[in-house]
Amino acid sequence: MPLVLNEEQEMLRESARGFLDEKAPVSALRKLRDTNDETGFDRGLWKEMAEMGWAGILVEEDHGGVDFGFVGAGVLAEEMGRTLTASPFLSTSILAATALKKLGSDAQKQANLPSIAAGETLYALAVDEHRKHGPAKIAMQAEKHGNGFKLSGDKTFVADGHVADKIIVAARSAGAAGEQNGLTLFLVDAKAKGVSVERTQMVDSRNAARIKFDGVEATGDEVLGEVDGGYMALEGVLNAGRAGLAAEMSGSAQQAFEMTVNYLKERKQFGTEIGTFQALQHRAAHLYSEIELAKSAVLKALQDLDSHYGMAGPICSLAKAKAGDVAKLASQEAVQMYGGIGMTDEFDIGFYMKRIRVAQEMFGDAAFHADRLAQMRGY
Amino acid sequence: MSDLETFRAEARAWLEENCPKDMRDGAGGEENICWGGKQWTFQSDAQKIWLDRMSAKGWTVPAWPKEYGGGGLSKEEVKVLKEEMRKLKCRSPLESFGIWMLGPALLKYGTHEQKLHFLPPIARGEIRWCQGYSEPNAGSDLASLQCKCEDKGDHWLINGQKVWTSYADQSDWIFVLVRTDPKATKHTGISFILVDMEQEGVSTKPIKLISGKSPFCETFFDDATAPKEYAPGVSAIVGEMNKGWDVAKYLLTHEREMISAGGGGLLGGRGMGEVAANEIGLEHGRLSDPLLRAKIAQAEIDGWAFLLTLERMKDEAKAGQGVGANSSMLKYYGTEFNKRRFEILMDIGGSDELEWEGERTKDGKLARSWLRTKANSIEGGTSEVQLNVIAKRILELPGA
Ligand SMILES: Cc1cc2nc3c(=O)[nH]c(=O)nc-3n(C[C@H](O)[C@H](O)[C@H](O)COP(=O)(O)OP(=O)(O)OC[C@H]3O[C@@H](n4cnc5c(N)ncnc54)[C@H](O)[C@@H]3O)c2cc1C
Ligand SMILES: Cc1cc2nc3c(=O)[nH]c(=O)nc-3n(C[C@H](O)[C@H](O)[C@H](O)COP(=O)(O)OP(=O)(O)OC[C@H]3O[C@@H](n4cnc5c(N)ncnc54)[C@H](O)[C@@H]3O)c2cc1C
Repeated sequence: MPLVLNEEQEMLRESARGFLDEKAPVSALRKLRDTNDETGFDRGLWKEMAEMGWAGILVEEDHGGVDFGFVGAGVLAEEMGRTLTASPFLSTSILAATALKKLGSDAQKQANLPSIAAGETLYALAVDEHRKHGPAKIAMQAEKHGNGFKLSGDKTFVADGHVADKIIVAARSAGAAGEQNGLTLFLVDAKAKGVSVERTQMVDSRNAARIKFDGVEATGDEVLGEVDGGYMALEGVLNAGRAGLAAEMSGSAQQAFEMTVNYLKERKQFGTEIGTFQALQHRAAHLYSEIELAKSAVLKALQDLDSHYGMAGPICSLAKAKAGDVAKLASQEAVQMYGGIGMTDEFDIGFYMKRIRVAQEMFGDAAFHADRLAQMRGY
Repeated sequence: MSDLETFRAEARAWLEENCPKDMRDGAGGEENICWGGKQWTFQSDAQKIWLDRMSAKGWTVPAWPKEYGGGGLSKEEVKVLKEEMRKLKCRSPLESFGIWMLGPALLKYGTHEQKLHFLPPIARGEIRWCQGYSEPNAGSDLASLQCKCEDKGDHWLINGQKVWTSYADQSDWIFVLVRTDPKATKHTGISFILVDMEQEGVSTKPIKLISGKSPFCETFFDDATAPKEYAPGVSAIVGEMNKGWDVAKYLLTHEREMISAGGGGLLGGRGMGEVAANEIGLEHGRLSDPLLRAKIAQAEIDGWAFLLTLERMKDEAKAGQGVGANSSMLKYYGTEFNKRRFEILMDIGGSDELEWEGERTKDGKLARSWLRTKANSIEGGTSEVQLNVIAKRILELPGA
C-alpha cells in the first residue's frame, strides 16, 4: 500500500481541520482550564463530533459507525493534536471501540458499539498501577467468586476515568505481577459497588483518574475476551491507543513547528528577522526533518493496524517512541525560539509542551518502546 | 489479478529464470558493484551475463522510456520490480553516475537527439560517466566555479581544474560545469557540458582518502575540446547555454536522493542489534552492555523511521518526478544516520575491528568503511548546505 492518504482520508482531514479550527481552537482548552471545568471537555462539542461520525470512526456500519479504520481515526487524532482539542476520543472511540470490536462477544458489541458511535456512553481503559507504564506489572486481583470474579486493586493515570460510564480494566486472574500470563479484561460499570474514582487534574489541563476497586463484583458476562489470556488482547488495544497518541503528538508537533517558523519570519532583533540567523535556521531545518520521520512512522503504524492488526506491535512502538521524542523536541525548540514570550501563560505554546509531556508518557514513553523493540528484535 | 500483480508474477518468473545463481547472494557492498564502462573488467561471467540480460530487457534503468534503453515501467512497477529483486536477493546489475545523475538530467533537459545518443550506452553499461562539479575554490559555494569554456566556432575550448572527481580515472566521459560567460553574475554564466575524456587535454590524478583508498581524483583540463555537436542535433551543451546552473541543481537533487537512499545499504545488511547480539552476547536475553543497547535501540528507531520516510516521499512524488527540495532533507538525515550507524558498528567491533591489515578483518574492512562514511555528509553538498536548502526552499526563512 502506498504510504499516503487516499482521497477519502484527505477529505476527512480537511473537514476535520475546518471544524476544529472553528469550534475547538486552543482558546477552548484555555477556557476549560480557566473555569476549572469539572468535565474537562465540552459535551456539546462531543455530541457534534459524534454526529459527524467521529465517535464511531472505528465502529462498523452495522453498529452505527462509519468504519473509516485506524488511518481515519489517526487523521482525526492528528488534527485534534493540532488544536489540542480535549475530548473523549482516545478513550472511547479508539481504545474502547477497538477493545469491543476485537474482543467483544456479539452481545457485548450490540450493547456497546452503537452507543459509542452515538457518542452517548463514555469509556475509560484502566491499565497502569505505577508511575511508569508496564502491562505485565499489573497486580490488581481478579479473584474467582461464584460464577464471576471479585476485583481488587488500584489503577492510576486512567484517561477520562473521571467521567467514564464504563471502565475496561485489566486484572490478574492468575500468575504474579511481572508475568504476561494470567491477565483478564473486564468491562465494568463505573457506578458498580466498590468502585471509587478520584479525579486527577493533569499538567495538560485534562483529566484522568485514580480508581480504586474494592471487591467489585464482575459476572462472566463482564469478561472481555478470554480469561487469563488477556495480555496479548490488551497489547492489541494498547497498540491502537499508542498509534492514536502518536498521531495526536505528530499533529501537535507540526502545529508547534509551524507557529515557530512563522515567528522566525516576524520577530526582529538586531535589525532583522531572527529567521535570518543560521543558528536558528539549522535548528528549524533539523526539526523539520525529525517531524517528517515521525509522520512516516505514524502513518505506517495506522495502515498496519488496518491491514495486519495482530502484527502491528513493533510499528506501533516505533510510532509512539518516535512521535513522542520528536514532539517533545518540537515543543522545547518552540519555547526556546520564541524567547521570553514562549514562557508566558498568555501565549499558547506552553499548552503544547504540557499536552505532549502527558501524551508521550501514556502507554509507554520512548524508552519503554525502545526497550520493547530491542526485545522483539532479539537483543 | 490486478495488472500490478500480474506484472509482479511475470517479473518474478523472469528474474528466477534469468538471474545467475552467483548474482543472487544479495551482496550489495561497494566491492561487488558493476560500474561498467570501457575500462571495466567483469568480476565474473555471471556479472556480465546478468548485465547483458537486464539491459536487453531495459531493466538496468527500468523507469526510463524504452526508446532510450529503459524498461518503460511505471513508478509502481519499478517499486514491484525492486521488491522482487530484493526478495530473490538479486544484485543490482549496474550502478553508475550515468544512471543516478546524468540520466535524469538529460531526460529533463536534453533534446530527443541527445537522449538517443547518450542514454542507451549508459543503460547498457558501455560508457561510464563522472561528475566534474567541485573545484579547489568552489566547494559548497559551487556557483563560484572558474573552469573556463570558450567558443571557438566549431568547438569549445576548456581550461581549468576540477577536484574530488569520483572515479575520474576509471571513467570515459565527464559532465562538467564550466563558465561560458565570465562577465555574467555568478549563477548566470555557467553551462553544463559533456566531454569525452579520451583526449590529450584531459588528465586525472588520484587522491588518497583517509580510508586508504583512492576513489577520486583531481581532473585537469588543458586546452581540452568538445565539438559543438557530437552528431546532428546532439549538442555538447545540455540545456541552454549559460543556464547550466538549473541543470546542475536538478541533477543535484537526484544525486542527493541517491546518496540518501544508499543510506549505507540500510535496506540490506544485518541490523545493528543483531550484530551486537552475535558479537558481544546476551545476558537474560538482553545485550550485556546496557548503554550500548540503548544507543542501538535508539538508532534503530531512527533508521526505521527514516526508511519509511524515503518510501513515503517516493510515494508522494508525482509519477516520474523526484522528491524536489525534500531530497536535501533525505540527504541530510540519511547521511548523518549512516555515520551514526558506523560509529555504533565500530563500538560493537571494539578492538577486533581496529586491525588495519591482515586476513582476520579482510584488511580492516569495517574500519575502512567507517572512515568512508565520513564523506557521506560532505559529498553531494554538505549537511550544513542541506540544512540551508531546507531553511530556504522548504521553510522559506528570510535571508537563507
Ligand atoms: C523567566 C524570565 C525572567 C526574566 N527576567 C528578566 C529581568 O528580570 N529583567 C529583564 O530585563 N529581563 C528579564 N527577562 C527577559 C530576558 O532577558 C529575555 O527574554 C531574553 O533576553 C530574550 O529576549 P526575547 O525574549 O526578546 O527573545 P528574542 O531576542 O526575540 O529571541 C527569540 C529567539 O531568537 C534567538 N536569537 C535572537 N538573536 C539571535 C542571534 N543574533 N543569533 C541567534 N539567535 C538569536 C534567541 O536565542 C531566541 O531563541 C526574563 C525572561 C524570562 C523568561
Ligand atoms: C568522497 C567524496 C566524493 C566526491 N565526489 C565528487 C564528484 O564526483 N564530483 C564533484 O564535483 N565533487 C565531488 N566531491 C566534492 C564535494 O561535493 C565537496 O567536497 C562538497 O561540496 C564540499 O565542498 P568543500 O570540500 O570545498 O568544503 P567547503 O565548502 O570548503 O566546506 C567546509 C565546511 O564549511 C561548511 N560550510 C560551507 N559553506 C557553508 C554555509 N554557507 N553555511 C554553513 N556552513 C558552510 C561546510 O558544511 C563544511 O563543513 C566529493 C567529495 C567527497 C568527500
